[in-house]
Amino acid sequence: MSTEPDVTDGGAETEGPVTTLSTPIRLDYAFTPGVAQSRFLRGLAQGKFLGQRCPKCKKVYVPSRGSCPTDGVPTTEDVELGNVGTVTTYCVVNVPFAGQSIEIPYICAQVLLDGANLSFMGLIQEIPTDQIRMGMRVEAVWVEPDELSPSLASVRYFRPNGEPDADYDTFKEYL
Amino acid sequence: MSAAPGAKRDIRPVSVASFAQAKNVRHDDQHNEVEGLLPVIADVFGAIGITKDDVDFICSGSTDYLIGGPFSFVMALDAVGVWPPRAESHVEMDGAWALYEAWVLLQEGEIDAALVYSFGRSSLGNLNEILALQLDPYYVAPLWPDPVSLAALQARALIDAGKATEDDFARVAARSRKDALSNPNAQVAHDRSVEELLAEDYVVAPLRRHTLPPITDGAAAIVLAAGKAAEAWGGDNPAWITGIDHRIETHALGARDLTVSASTIKAAEVAGVADGPVDVAELHAPYAHQELILCEALGLDNTTAVNPSGGPLAANPLMSAGLIRIGEAAAAIRSGRARRAVAHGTSGPCLQQNLVCVLEAS
Repeated sequence: MSTEPDVTDGGAETEGPVTTLSTPIRLDYAFTPGVAQSRFLRGLAQGKFLGQRCPKCKKVYVPSRGSCPTDGVPTTEDVELGNVGTVTTYCVVNVPFAGQSIEIPYICAQVLLDGANLSFMGLIQEIPTDQIRMGMRVEAVWVEPDELSPSLASVRYFRPNGEPDADYDTFKEYL
Repeated sequence: MSAAPGAKRDIRPVSVASFAQAKNVRHDDQHNEVEGLLPVIADVFGAIGITKDDVDFICSGSTDYLIGGPFSFVMALDAVGVWPPRAESHVEMDGAWALYEAWVLLQEGEIDAALVYSFGRSSLGNLNEILALQLDPYYVAPLWPDPVSLAALQARALIDAGKATEDDFARVAARSRKDALSNPNAQVAHDRSVEELLAEDYVVAPLRRHTLPPITDGAAAIVLAAGKAAEAWGGDNPAWITGIDHRIETHALGARDLTVSASTIKAAEVAGVADGPVDVAELHAPYAHQELILCEALGLDNTTAVNPSGGPLAANPLMSAGLIRIGEAAAAIRSGRARRAVAHGTSGPCLQQNLVCVLEAS
């Protein structure tokens, strides 16, 4: 059999059909956090959580994207929140995946900061994974002051702060 | 309030009750998508004194390829505030097609009002690369052809066919950007002579810089109204949609005659463009030569004012530029500058997909 490509069928007869085509794609973007998220990110660089309050429904969003998603109006009042919150729900990660940076098993949780009306995702540490539970009270552990940056990486993780669990009714709206 | 025209087409009269757009800019590095949309949504409701609770349906047009993140249309809803939950939809297309979806729903007669909006910032990534990814993924996209080069192929075909010259392209650009001087939302506006423009170097021959659209960040919104809502919000000079249609051609560029726009011709026929004189046409022709192709396809002559807003040569916010054409055409009717207007939106390379909308005064 000739090894020359068959010019009449493109090699389909001798080599079979092409079944896979690899076309690498990479696009780079400039990210614009916007006015509200910039405030949140700058707050992280100072070791604090900054949210915003809706002028209509008074809910506090952290982080805020500049609008109340319920009322559709700009959020303009800045609110500084504390370090303590409640685990509303969680997941214990047992399965390794590409790009993983934390040793499994570990706990990924939604944390509702006291005074906030929006939870966000955080890592829970300093507790065995089988002891995590909804309603657990936690506090943020920040990186060293010279490592603070406008990024959620400024929060190393959350850990139990020893308070009794929050009553389910206090966070059932935020699951 | 007088009745809407166009009864012979047996469509439910729908009016463009309100229109708003962001100031078009080269790069907005201050606001995220939601913050950019908030004032536009507030304007489109505020102009007719309504709130989000007065519309029955919301439809948006945008693409995640511009922002580089998933589900950007979901986050954009924060600019409206969709609570209590309401009927909502999205098209990964220019807002003109979102308006079409809302118009179809209004035709069914169960709702009277819809909000349509679109947003897109073309400045966040490399637009030449992003737009290459809308092409046939097997044979064309891997070559990463940029949109200017594809448009240049079309312009060259037009010249080779003896249908237009580089002077014609320059005349379109000179007129558009001169007209844009009176558009406060325009991004590129100036008064330059055709001779001055023709002295520019080629970007990709036969296209010079002046024949290209600017890269634009922008957003736009329209409220469509029918029935009682149209009566309440129509004002003294309501702009009625009397025909609307959209068509698409093959993605295989080599299989098309790039010097004509077959899909525009078909859409214009269904929308009824030829049923009366056209005072104003707002055409989404991103490249100057495409206006010539579209005018031929729509059967327009020199009695029609084409792109008095400056058109996409003055500002080309991707995903919004088509919706803005409908808004500008409606504004021409509401202000009394036109009795009958045509708006056009396009998508894809070399005018692949086209939407035609006819608007009329009462």
